[in-house]
Amino acid sequence: MLNFVQSAAEAVAGISDGATVLIGGFGNAGQPMELITALLDGGATGLTVVNNNAGQGDAGLALLIKERRVDKVICSFPRQSDSWHFDAAYRAGEIELELVPQGNLAERIRAAGAGIGGFFTPTGYGTMLAEDRETRMIDGRGHVYETPIYGDVALIKALTADKAGNLVYRKTARNFGPIMAAAAINTIVQVGSVVPTGDLDPENVVTPGIYVNTVVRLDAPARTERERSRQ
Amino acid sequence: MSKGLSSKRPGSQRLGKEQLAQLVAGDIAQGSFVNLGIGQPTLVSNYLTAEQHVTLHTENGMLGMGPVAVGDQIDEDLINAGKIPVTELPGASYFHHADSFAMMRGGHLDVCVLGAFQVSATGDLANWNTGAPDAIPAVGGAMDLATGAKDVYVMMSLFTKEGAAKLVQTCSYPLTGVGCVTRIYTNEAVFLIGPDGVRVRETFGTTFAELQERIGVELLDD
Repeated sequence: MLNFVQSAAEAVAGISDGATVLIGGFGNAGQPMELITALLDGGATGLTVVNNNAGQGDAGLALLIKERRVDKVICSFPRQSDSWHFDAAYRAGEIELELVPQGNLAERIRAAGAGIGGFFTPTGYGTMLAEDRETRMIDGRGHVYETPIYGDVALIKALTADKAGNLVYRKTARNFGPIMAAAAINTIVQVGSVVPTGDLDPENVVTPGIYVNTVVRLDAPARTERERSRQ
Repeated sequence: MSKGLSSKRPGSQRLGKEQLAQLVAGDIAQGSFVNLGIGQPTLVSNYLTAEQHVTLHTENGMLGMGPVAVGDQIDEDLINAGKIPVTELPGASYFHHADSFAMMRGGHLDVCVLGAFQVSATGDLANWNTGAPDAIPAVGGAMDLATGAKDVYVMMSLFTKEGAAKLVQTCSYPLTGVGCVTRIYTNEAVFLIGPDGVRVRETFGTTFAELQERIGVELLDD
């Protein structure tokens, strides 16, 4: 069932304590900041968060971690110059970290959405991130078994949705959006604009509406100064 | 392989970072698809020529990446793997993260250039973790890049500030990938790693004999 709602708070209202939440974005590109803020305000706790990073600065995911609402982070790159809230929680032993090579993280999310029960990958073979893991030699090369990552919820950001829930993204803000949309039971999308069904060229749809449950239109996404001055 | 800049370089002085980047750029074959790691490898892009027709990949979902964005080109939806705003070139394309890493893992990238803490005589790479007990581990795309590209070139200084060789028999730091590095570009020499061992292609401000004395890895003379 596809819903269009009026506010970020309404969009995330159904997220319960203990949920696994897939959060899109790579750095600030594609990060659904308003949805994350609404999740913070909504009070859900004991969350497992899947994101490339573990929050930066004093906003979004970093604040969820600061408020100890996240029990576990599954990510590829938690340590950044401004990841002080994660760093503090980690050093205090108050957050669990599952570190995954970035491509394995992406493929594990994709596998979940595609109904694949895991896969063997050469990435990470022979490293400490593959210790105690099932391995196999395939065509003379070592591979490591990786499991799918399912989400109860995905929070993602796209440029535009139509009323059928089809999505298009903008530049490198696409990143984890399409695979997270497919991997979660409940996919919640913030977009800059909603257009009538039929206004998106079907050839250009990136995420078909079948993967989308809730859409909320929020402030227009970033544009270059030049594009702004043209409008 | 394009010989270009590298073949007849007078090897009388150690190379600076810019000269090293220029050397790597000159060795990248025409028409290659290339990923440049964060940090020193990024300098290579400054020396790629239009005639080389090299297409740059960034693992956060783009082929055809252009130079760093300045002024009103800056767009927060268009960044590279180091989260720096960049530009797009004609012919660029965007794709999601799983496709981007499938492209890498599937062997479609010709060359990846990475920095390193250590490289072993058999091409093992250590570049993500110094193993310090209080460090927060972060791997990003390093393991995927090391494993996926057809050729993995490392750019590094040959010795640490303390004077320890970074080309070693066995890495003491946690590995990024096993047997993945094919070439090492350093300020003092270029090393080719093959089935028969580590070959010295050229030296800068040193000699084969001096290198052999200072590095605990058996070297083959080119």
